[in-house]
This record gives sequence, structure tokens and C-alpha cells, in this order.
Amino acid sequence: MKKFVEGSHAIAEIISKCRPGVISAYPITPQTHIVEGLAKLIADGELEAEFINVESEHSAASVVLGASATGVRTYTATSSQGLLLMAEVLFNIAGMRLPVVLTCANRSVSAPINIWNDHQDSMTVRDSGWIQLYAENIQEAIDLHVIAYKVAEDKRVSLPVLIGIDGYVLTHAFEVVDMPEQEMVDRFLPKFDPVVKLDPENPVSMGLLGAPDVYMETRYAIAKTMETALGVIQEASKSYSDVVGRPTGGLVETYRTDDAEKILIAMGSVVGSIKDVVDELREKGEKVGVLKIISYRPFPKDAIFEALKEAKYVGVVEKAVSLGADSPLFAEIAALLYKRGSNAVVNSFTVGLGGRDISSAQIRQIFGEMEKDETDTRFIGLNTELLEA
Amino acid sequence: MAGVVADPKNHLMASGHTACAGCGQAIASRIVVNAAGKNTIISNATGCLEVFTTKAPQTAWRVAWIHSLFENAAAVASGIEGALRYLGKLDNINVIAQGGDGGTADIGMGSLSGMLERGHDVLYVCYDNEAYMNTGIQRSGLTPLDCNTTTSPVGKRSYGNPRPKKPLLEIAVAHNISYAATASVAWPADIEKKVKKALSYKGPKFIQIHVPCPLGWRFDSSLTLEVAKLAVETGLYPLVEYENGTLIGVRKIKPKPVEDYLKLQGRYRHLLKSPEALEEVRKVAQANIERYNLSVG
Repeated sequence: MKKFVEGSHAIAEIISKCRPGVISAYPITPQTHIVEGLAKLIADGELEAEFINVESEHSAASVVLGASATGVRTYTATSSQGLLLMAEVLFNIAGMRLPVVLTCANRSVSAPINIWNDHQDSMTVRDSGWIQLYAENIQEAIDLHVIAYKVAEDKRVSLPVLIGIDGYVLTHAFEVVDMPEQEMVDRFLPKFDPVVKLDPENPVSMGLLGAPDVYMETRYAIAKTMETALGVIQEASKSYSDVVGRPTGGLVETYRTDDAEKILIAMGSVVGSIKDVVDELREKGEKVGVLKIISYRPFPKDAIFEALKEAKYVGVVEKAVSLGADSPLFAEIAALLYKRGSNAVVNSFTVGLGGRDISSAQIRQIFGEMEKDETDTRFIGLNTELLEA
Repeated sequence: MAGVVADPKNHLMASGHTACAGCGQAIASRIVVNAAGKNTIISNATGCLEVFTTKAPQTAWRVAWIHSLFENAAAVASGIEGALRYLGKLDNINVIAQGGDGGTADIGMGSLSGMLERGHDVLYVCYDNEAYMNTGIQRSGLTPLDCNTTTSPVGKRSYGNPRPKKPLLEIAVAHNISYAATASVAWPADIEKKVKKALSYKGPKFIQIHVPCPLGWRFDSSLTLEVAKLAVETGLYPLVEYENGTLIGVRKIKPKPVEDYLKLQGRYRHLLKSPEALEEVRKVAQANIERYNLSVG
């Protein structure tokens, strides 16, 4: 059904349609509208679920950990400092192979305190064992949440999924979307059937001490499962697309990359802005395109290389930094291209930190600077007056 | 002995775990789970108990059991309880969260308070051995006054831990919970009775059990119950019981001199040479005796 809806409320509605049994969250801007929406749906009797208001994000993640281990579908959402406070629990949830789904309303991290969008929060937990999917727009945010449950609970995967939604840019924006009907979601998403659960009828111990004789194999197992998850994400995206009758999801999306000499790579809502500039430059005859990474973990190396293999110039545009090193996505793209013998010139562009607007002019500037091979990350859109002050 | 199932094969915490000889926590935790019965799910904080019972691929637990992290046993238990409520199974299953004194009164204080305040139907059990024993006898918020630990060492300018124990039980009681009590591993039947009583209430309940640690307190491992008993009999560890915020009972004592308790333990050896510091510990016992009216006659 088509409707005009705020991003956060769209997410609340689709989560409700996924029928979680336990929801726990702690308020943080810009995540709040999502959990407020869910609390209201429960208060109105439209969603049968336990909503557990907790005293911190650490406990929010711990509550969904405990509920998921008891065999119930769970949901939580957070942002920024909240995600960092959860960090310890996030590793624990993944290590215990619990299929929790979490929305990260992507926001910068303090100091200085800043409530606006970038990707530094979820980038920080990229090695936690969570699958990470990033949405370009509200429609994709809706679809990725349903796909996330399917992938997380698939017995070949059994890993948690984080969906990155750009704070404000998507959480507080309104868009006309195609909201799947309850019947469609039910058809696509069966009841959660856990591999193991806490049950007095069949008592198991979970979260054991893994000494050096067993620990390494548990990490290897997650690494291998991430490879399996690449296929499961594609499979789930395909069957979901069949149910809703339009293409969605997947590992990556290519936009006018087929004969492109210059390809930018990005994640999240900035891809939409880049697509507009690509169209504009294509009008002028420039061979440009954009590669959107939807699945950042697992990192879809084959799909990325396939899209980039004919490109002469590759630019990685990201809302994150690795202070003291290259920006994270760039480092991974450069390593991939090097290992596969690509001769493309690869450059790193960091943009939009702390919610700074990313203009079409900046994107045109990046396309213009792609031929210049530089070793270090370039910060686009800096105010030089502030730097000199 | 009460609290002990006749056939060890039926213990819900099996033997063969790797606790030290004379570990008070190992004895108390077995009594707790046996009293709770098999329809129980346990959320266990990081600490000695988790380490000595669940080194993969082995487990000592014959009930459903989960360990997540150090500070979140109460929050994980809240999630388990929420899930059971959602599934309609809460009436038939006990949920117990348990941890040591550090996991409860220090790093886990926030999650415990949250669990108590929200009214979850969970029993929280704190095994109080008065320091971080799993990491090597560092001071916690429940370490007693003038106690020698590796991070509150005795020295030229120090008698050990400079502060008395955090009033954990009172903090729990202040959350208006239905049941709260202290217990001691020296009285197994009392632990069993209190666990069963606690579990008969809906909502949150809290039990703090004194569990001497031979290694950390430096006493012979054959003396665990003797040491535990003296802590109570000197007034240093009052056994009390609250229902709905009201004190309903205390274990009466004929107060013994605190030296009887202190002299058995290496962690207090320095006090016996220091009358002033000893007097401060005596005041702690006396305050407990007066506050709870512990003396018989």
C-alpha cells in the first residue's frame, strides 16, 4: 500500500509487521520516533509484544539478548553513544549467534557532542560479528528490516543484523513508500524457530567459557558464516522481491556503472545525491556511475569487484574516518582491488561528518578530483576559515 | 542436611566443577538451584561461579543457564522474563539472576536497579565474598572496612579498605520489592527456606548470601562454614529478612568478640596489631547489633 510517511514511523510499522515478541530500547536522538511508534502500537493493542523500557542502552541490548536466547523474536534501536554503550553486548550477541535485529539511526560520536548524521557509530562496531546493511532511502529501510529478520533467523546464518539508517536524513524525512501488507510479511517471514533456546524442558548452558582450545574456532565459524550470509542475503532479497512485486535488497546496487570510467562507491542516503550528479554528468557525456554498498558486513567482495573491474578511476565516498589511518571503506576497497590486480586509481573522500550537508557541487568536485592519485584521505567540504582560526 | 539433595546425581549443579576447595560460593549456589528446582532459568554474571562451572565443552548446570557479561545478569534476566511473559510460560518457570558482589553492587548496580524498579518476576541472588576474587582479590563496593585486598593493600599509610560495605540490601529494599534477605552459607536450611519463600512472591526479590573465600580471605579451606558462622555471630554480617519493605525477622546472636572472626583470616591479620583500627571494626558490628536488635536477651 502506498503511503506518505516519516522514516521512523515507517520503520516502527514494518517492525510491528515482523511481529517481535520483546522490544527493548533506551531513548537517544535521532532514534526516538521509532521506539515511540512501537510503544504506541503496543499501547493501542495493535502489536502483541513486551516493551521493556530500560535504564541504559547496555541493558536494552542485554534484554533483547536474554529474550532472543529464550526463543522469542526481538528488536532494539539506538544511535551514536547508545551504540557505543552497547558495543560490549553487541559482540556478545553475535558470539552467542542470536538473531537480534537492531536499527542504528546513524549519528556522529562525541566529542564534540553532535546529534547529526554520519556513519562513525556503526563503523566502530563493524568487527563485532553483526551483519550490517545500509539503506539509501525510506523504502529501502522498510524492505531491509524484513529481509534482516529472514537472514538473521536463517539456520545457516544465526547472526544479528544491524540496519543503518541515516539519522534525520531518513529517520525524520517523509517519503511516499510502498508499505508491505501484513499478509505479505507473514508469507515471507515464518515464525522464529531457534536453533537452541533456554527451556527447562531441555536445559542447555549458553555463553560458556571458551578457553584457547576452543575460542578460535568460534571466531572462524562466524567468519565462514559471513561468507554463507552473502548468498542468504541475495536469496532472501529475491524471495522478498517476489512477494512485494518489485526489486529490492541485495548486496550492492550498481547505477550506470556498465561502461563507466569513473565510479564512486558509497553507502546510505548520500547515494541518492550521487545518482543525481551521475545523471547530470551523463547528460554531458561523462562516463560516470555509482556503486551502492548495501551489505557492508558481510563485505561482498565479488559483487564489488565485478562492478569495478572496468573502471579506470574509483572514488570511495564515506561519512566515516579512521583517525590516524585511511577511512575504513576506502581501505577495504583498495585492498580488494590490489589483491585482484586492478590498475584503477583509487581515492578516498570523507564527507558530511557530524551532519554537514553534502552538496551536488561537492560531488561534482569529487568526480573532478578522481584522476588525481593521492595516498591520503581527502576531507571534502572543510571550512578553511575554521581551520585557520 | 537441608538444601542438599540426597543423591548427588540429582543435584542441579553437578559436582566435577573446578571451584577451589572450600569455596563458599560453590556450596551456596548449589543450595540455591536445588531449592529453586528444575523449572528454572538462570542468568549468571561473569565471575568465579561462571568460570568454574562452564568451561566449554563442559557444564555443571542441569537447569537452563546463560552467561552473558559481567554487569548485565539482571538485564538479561529481564529479557528472559519478558520472553516468558510473551510466551505465556512465566507462571511455571522461575527466573534467577545471580552474580558476585562486584557484578552486583558495582558494575551491575544499574542493571540490578533497573530490574528491581521495573518489577520483573525475577529472584536476584548476590554471592558476597567481599572482593573481586576471579581477578585476584581486588576491592569491591562490598569489601568490608579495613580489609586487606590487592587494591586496598595494608601499608604504612593504610589499614586496607577505607570504607565500610555498601548497604546493598537496603538499596534493594528501597526499590519497594516484595522480598529481600541476607543469608549465610553457614546456614544451608535458611538459604533453602529463603529461596523458596522468595520464589513464592511475584515480582522482583533479592537475596544476598555471605560466602567466604579461602583463597581471598586467607584461611584454611576446611574452615569455610566456621568463618561464615562467626561473621554472623559477631554482628558483622547480620541475617535479616524484609517483606514489602518491612523488617520481618533477624537471626538473634549472643555477640562474640569480632577478633574471633578476624583472627582466622589473613586479610585481617594487620588489625590484631592495631587497637584503633580494630575498634573501628568493632563499631561496625555494634552498629549492626543495635540497628537490627540482634542480641538475645
